Amino acid sequence: MSTPPLLTVEQLAFERDDCNVFKPANFVVDAGDIVQIEGANGAGKTTLMRLMTSALQPTSGAVLYRGRPISDCRYEYLDNILYIGHQSGVKMTLSAEENLRWMSPASTSAVEITQALDAVGLRGFADVPCYSLSAGQHRRVALARLHTSKAVIWYLDEPFTSIDKQGVLALQQQLESHLRQGGAVVLSTHQNLPIDGLRKYSVEPHGDLAVPS
Amino acid sequence: MIASSQGFAGYLRRDLLLAYRRRGEVASPLIFFVLVSTLIPLGISPDSARLAELAPGMIWVMALLATLLSTESLFASDYQDGSLEQLLISPQLLPLPVLGKILAHWLVTGLPLTMVSPLIGLMLSLPAAGLMPMMASLALGTACLSLLGAVGAALTVSLRKGGLLLSVLVIPLYMPVIIFGSAAVQAAIDGLNWLGPLAVLGAMLSAAAALCPLAIAGALRLVSNN
Repeated sequence: MSTPPLLTVEQLAFERDDCNVFKPANFVVDAGDIVQIEGANGAGKTTLMRLMTSALQPTSGAVLYRGRPISDCRYEYLDNILYIGHQSGVKMTLSAEENLRWMSPASTSAVEITQALDAVGLRGFADVPCYSLSAGQHRRVALARLHTSKAVIWYLDEPFTSIDKQGVLALQQQLESHLRQGGAVVLSTHQNLPIDGLRKYSVEPHGDLAVPS
Repeated sequence: MIASSQGFAGYLRRDLLLAYRRRGEVASPLIFFVLVSTLIPLGISPDSARLAELAPGMIWVMALLATLLSTESLFASDYQDGSLEQLLISPQLLPLPVLGKILAHWLVTGLPLTMVSPLIGLMLSLPAAGLMPMMASLALGTACLSLLGAVGAALTVSLRKGGLLLSVLVIPLYMPVIIFGSAAVQAAIDGLNWLGPLAVLGAMLSAAAALCPLAIAGALRLVSNN
């Protein structure tokens, strides 16, 4: 028997106000895979991603992590994922360094924190409170987590928002190196990414009333 | 299993740091408490016999309202900036970081209220016998208020203007606390044994500390599921 894939999304659906947000989703993500979630504004990209991270409970269907439903291996699964949402969790009154220290694994050393901030181009801004940073720098604080995290699966919701060209390039390279190391990436973006092996999954809106169960 | 720095101590430390960064805002319940108590002798009567009669209840009502003022913001900023969502998907038992947040809330609201209460007591001619019981009952009682208020704050966090609903939800829960809190002070002034009501407050605090974090964890999962 072959080993089950890293992630299997099976008939995943979510109802809001008695309507399915999108058509039930089915796809597989294996180690080294990158999946771009596409769809119009409001189609449910963020909802799908939040379902996959278990921040939302699906109405029907399931997400399987190495063949087991994530509800059965919740902590093991959560230990292996990293989610950077649209609201990234960066605290405005804390400095970049304090934010990153807070969001990184407890074992992260001070040197690693500094290196991560350098890597996202925030050298010299480590001690500045985040409310005085620009939108792009703000995003970079959140993205610095990718350097300190040990997670296998990365969920990135619109990671390129407000990031400049060099930043986009650096993030692409980082995604590629994560994939080479056997990681997996699920991201939503409207950009075309020149990454080999990138697969697309299209979220299709579902206006019909959900079938009562 | 717990690989992040975000457990009980992590949240306690972070929320204290956040409170320190916006200390003006955090001090507002305390300032409210002090300002309102300066108005009472003006509004009622500077006569110390009349004030002394009202003081235990007055101080408790003001402490309760001051705590309520700060309760709404307990989870609000975490909800808005996405860190609440990060908390929900962190690989740990949710009630522990929640308890850390509440302890931080009490340390910056309930504890300062307790510390200044003797001063307010003097301003309102509270008999000296009531000062110690006042501090003891406020210390236990405000911790109860923080815990109970957090349940309401969690339930109303996703509402844009949940302030009124929050008050309606939590004030009934606050009632037993204020009854036994002011009863302890009154008993001490009347020369009775005040440890009885205080023990009831202690029991309430124990029950709230054990149960509220579970209720809050459930409430946070519920409100974020949309």
